[in-house]
Amino acid sequence: MSNTSTELEVTPSLELLKDTSHINALENEAIYIIREVAAQFEKPVLLFSGGKDSITLVRLAQKAFWPSKIPFPLMHIDTGHNFPETIEFRDRLVEELGLELIVRNVQDSINQGKVKEESGRYSSRNSLQTTTLLDAIEEFKFDACIGGARRDEEKARAKERIFSVRDDFGQWDERNQRPELFDMLNGQIELGQNVRVFPISNWTELDVWSYIKEEQIEIPSIYFAHKRKTFLRDGMIWSAEDGIVFREENEIVEERLVRFRTVGDMSCTAAVLSDAESIDKVVEEIRDSSISERGARIDDKRSEAAMEKRKQQGYF
Amino acid sequence: MEVLKIATAGSVDDGKSTLIGRILYDTKSLTSDKLEAIEKTSKQKGYDYLDFSLATDGLVAEREQGITIDVAHIYFSTAKKSYIIADTPGHVEYTRNMVTGASTSQAAIILIDARKGVIEQTNRHFFINNLLRIKDVVVAINKMDLVDYSEEKYNAIKADFEELMAKRDYQDQKITFIPVSALKGDNVVNKTDKTPWYTGPTLLEHFEALDRKDIFNVGTPRFPVQYVIRPKTDEHHDFRGFAGKVYGGELSVGDEVVALPSQTRSTIKEIYFHDKKYKTASRRSSVTITLEDEINLSRGDMLVKANDLPTIDKQFTATISWMDSLPLVAGNKYVVQHGVNKVLAKVEQVHHKIAPDYSGIDSETDALGMNDIAQVSFRLNKPIFYDQFKNHRTNGSFILIDTKSNSTVGAGFIS
Repeated sequence: MSNTSTELEVTPSLELLKDTSHINALENEAIYIIREVAAQFEKPVLLFSGGKDSITLVRLAQKAFWPSKIPFPLMHIDTGHNFPETIEFRDRLVEELGLELIVRNVQDSINQGKVKEESGRYSSRNSLQTTTLLDAIEEFKFDACIGGARRDEEKARAKERIFSVRDDFGQWDERNQRPELFDMLNGQIELGQNVRVFPISNWTELDVWSYIKEEQIEIPSIYFAHKRKTFLRDGMIWSAEDGIVFREENEIVEERLVRFRTVGDMSCTAAVLSDAESIDKVVEEIRDSSISERGARIDDKRSEAAMEKRKQQGYF
Repeated sequence: MEVLKIATAGSVDDGKSTLIGRILYDTKSLTSDKLEAIEKTSKQKGYDYLDFSLATDGLVAEREQGITIDVAHIYFSTAKKSYIIADTPGHVEYTRNMVTGASTSQAAIILIDARKGVIEQTNRHFFINNLLRIKDVVVAINKMDLVDYSEEKYNAIKADFEELMAKRDYQDQKITFIPVSALKGDNVVNKTDKTPWYTGPTLLEHFEALDRKDIFNVGTPRFPVQYVIRPKTDEHHDFRGFAGKVYGGELSVGDEVVALPSQTRSTIKEIYFHDKKYKTASRRSSVTITLEDEINLSRGDMLVKANDLPTIDKQFTATISWMDSLPLVAGNKYVVQHGVNKVLAKVEQVHHKIAPDYSGIDSETDALGMNDIAQVSFRLNKPIFYDQFKNHRTNGSFILIDTKSNSTVGAGFIS
């Protein structure tokens, strides 16, 4: 973190504090939302996956409370199928910023018999996360969970409020959401309920990348082009490393130059062919892309309402 | 790049979702995987055209019933602007969600079905846009393809709408009429040769040309304290910063300010955004302010310029848009959330209810049902620091929270 500037700095970026600049307007809005969480709730937590969106949230939270430290912990629901690069990155970031990190493992939920591992071609631990998350919320009595979801990701997400109330089963009632007017966020809940908070709701994928570029935020290496052992299925490119993704014998492994646009559970996150080695190239590539980010998430293709159904069950 | 938030309004089947889908399609904002999904589902349903509403109606219940239930936020950008469209429901029973969508928007589109003309819902949508003081409103007369692109039809609807306009109390509102066909793509993004009698801009051209200076009602600076920052670390032992968002105008280092409610005076010492200091904070920036004097300020208090105080009072009258199935009844208590400040309020009196067709005729009542709009007087347990909504969008608005269910049950606009 940089030190306090002692001189009175009247930088050209003073103009940028106005909401005439899109990305700065979004930044100011997100900081406001994060402060509302700290002010309105007893035990908030920031859900951290090590992906670009939650890394952006951490930066915004730093800015919101400077020169104080972020007044809530981070929590990672580890599927056990994360990219090793992401885990390394996560641990380094937490140490550098002196943050508190809570990790809860999907494997534990499987061992306890609370969820059943899927099998077969499209097996994934993504939906199993929900149980582990809800258990952790109960364990720590978290009343607000800040997440990096964006409304542009998926059509059910586009319906989500910034303060989204979940009942004591963690469920989202999409038919009965609280109206959200002007800037006023109503975080009043009953004991047992919790609120999922989405400070970057109004950001698009390109906004996140532009911000990472502008702020020079460090991100895990898998977001940049690298050579990886992969195989093809359903027109998508899957990682053949670590043996986590189920592969048929006739699915041939080849080395390809790829990067990941989204970093979820390895078993449901496909790679894209790319030679974008720098953040500038990544921004350019996203700008020109004709495929949406979620186009590379196999779990969203299970049905027309895959995301909505997961959210109703408590997925974040 | 600028961002423009637009709310849509229109009755059921007027084609709002189709219009938004059309904008996304014609600006090439639909990614190929989403387009494929729309093509596939349209074919499955046996349609001979692309059902663009599939792009925006994100809930199962919406797709089943073919209607929009809740606000969807849709994002796209051109070389000139970033756009956020709040696609709001048209059904009368979801009027509250329309108010929700419009509250954060700077411009609005009201759709009218060219075959049906101005109907009761049009009154309602226009009234709400008036109430919320949305400065730029486009009346998109849609489905022109179904009336043979008739100029007479268009002019007749325009004339009917102008009769409504004569009754409005917000005369500064700019209204633009555009004949469109969302389904065929006429005058939405691209000009059509089917309406040679129309010489104005297409819908997108209109928004591209909008100057932000014309759409904002800035108001004077108000700084509600959101969070007190006290690091108590070795490095920042004595740091005591007031974090919040600047509403209206600007605040600068050296400005003489008054802290409300204590009415203590001080001067702005520093303005921080993250670890950088600034001389001036513009509106809507989420900054941290330090003061020259040690004064006691906590969440919900407000800093204002010494020469520009808001009204400080324990009572006010406001226009209420009621959003709950349990009625608002005179004598009931609610939490008023005004910005970040929460106080307990008692309903003193329900004055005039706006008639359900929003024709402007008032009726006497002492209770409000879902989607009713009325003038209501409140008495508070503590004073709040407010402006009239027409002068200050942020400091003149509030929400009502039910003390038992914790739900947001109403929106208020202080008169």
